[in-house]
Amino acid sequence: MRRLARAGVVAAGLTLAAALILAIVELPAAMVALPAQVEAHLAQSGVEHPVTAVLLNFRGYDTLLEVAVLLIALITLLGSTGGHAPATAPDANPLTQGLARLALPLVLLMAGYLLWAGAHRPGGAFQAGAVLAAGAVLMQLAGLQPAWAGPHRWLRLGLTLGFLVFLAVAAALLGEGALLRYPPAWAGGLILLIEAGLTLSLGLILAGLFLFVTGRRP
Amino acid sequence: MSAGLLYALAGVLLFVLGAAGVLLATHLLRRVLAFNVMGSGAFLVLVGLAQRGGVADPVPQAMVLTGIVVAVAATALALGLARALHARTGRTALSEEASRD
Repeated sequence: MRRLARAGVVAAGLTLAAALILAIVELPAAMVALPAQVEAHLAQSGVEHPVTAVLLNFRGYDTLLEVAVLLIALITLLGSTGGHAPATAPDANPLTQGLARLALPLVLLMAGYLLWAGAHRPGGAFQAGAVLAAGAVLMQLAGLQPAWAGPHRWLRLGLTLGFLVFLAVAAALLGEGALLRYPPAWAGGLILLIEAGLTLSLGLILAGLFLFVTGRRP
Repeated sequence: MSAGLLYALAGVLLFVLGAAGVLLATHLLRRVLAFNVMGSGAFLVLVGLAQRGGVADPVPQAMVLTGIVVAVAATALALGLARALHARTGRTALSEEASRD
């Protein structure tokens, strides 16, 4: 029975692959030239890099909802774990700790650079937040900071700050007629404000996905 | 054949491999990993197809960036739930029977 199911899955997989490959090879060219549209409106977006312009201006609501999804994932994770886990100190290896101490300032510098660079080259809040989170995880693995047992008040504020700032900007701009349509003169500043908040919150949320799990009972 | 098309075709293969893994694997860790392979395949198809003509399209790139971050969060949530299941029941698969083999 097991073997039959396995053969069925393999046959279905091969059929699916063949169908998808045929569909992709035969796919006609796109009807709408999106790159040209992005290029045409880039000057009003407040940033010079097209991906950042799409993420935070043209399709800003996608990003707003994405941050909400991340928060919900973290809250659900917190709900599925128990209280403080018995503290198991990671092995305090002096070499790892020394390297982690050396890396930490570079991590902070890198995150700041990525946040700033997002306006005109690849970079932005997500990359910067991921680097921050990696720094926090590195600190925990090296034994320089304990895992998180629970979200106290300041941590809660930090976790939600990015989403709240984004939501406040979206609410304040509702009078513009469309969700997250920035006045061109303010767009650059507003995007930087949102990205700064997002960097902090995404860093904390992504770090929390690891640090809450290790710091709490399953 | 352009490089973009080649990436899209590789993405199809990854997607199908991942889908077969989700269906065939019983251990929850393997399932979560297979699901991630599936997601990576979908991202590769999106980005690859969008630059078939040789010009990169920022719209699918931004969508894939969003997707990657959501996939990381979903993976963490799935792993947390699998850990909770293991702590409560000692099982590493969804059905009782599958856990034993």
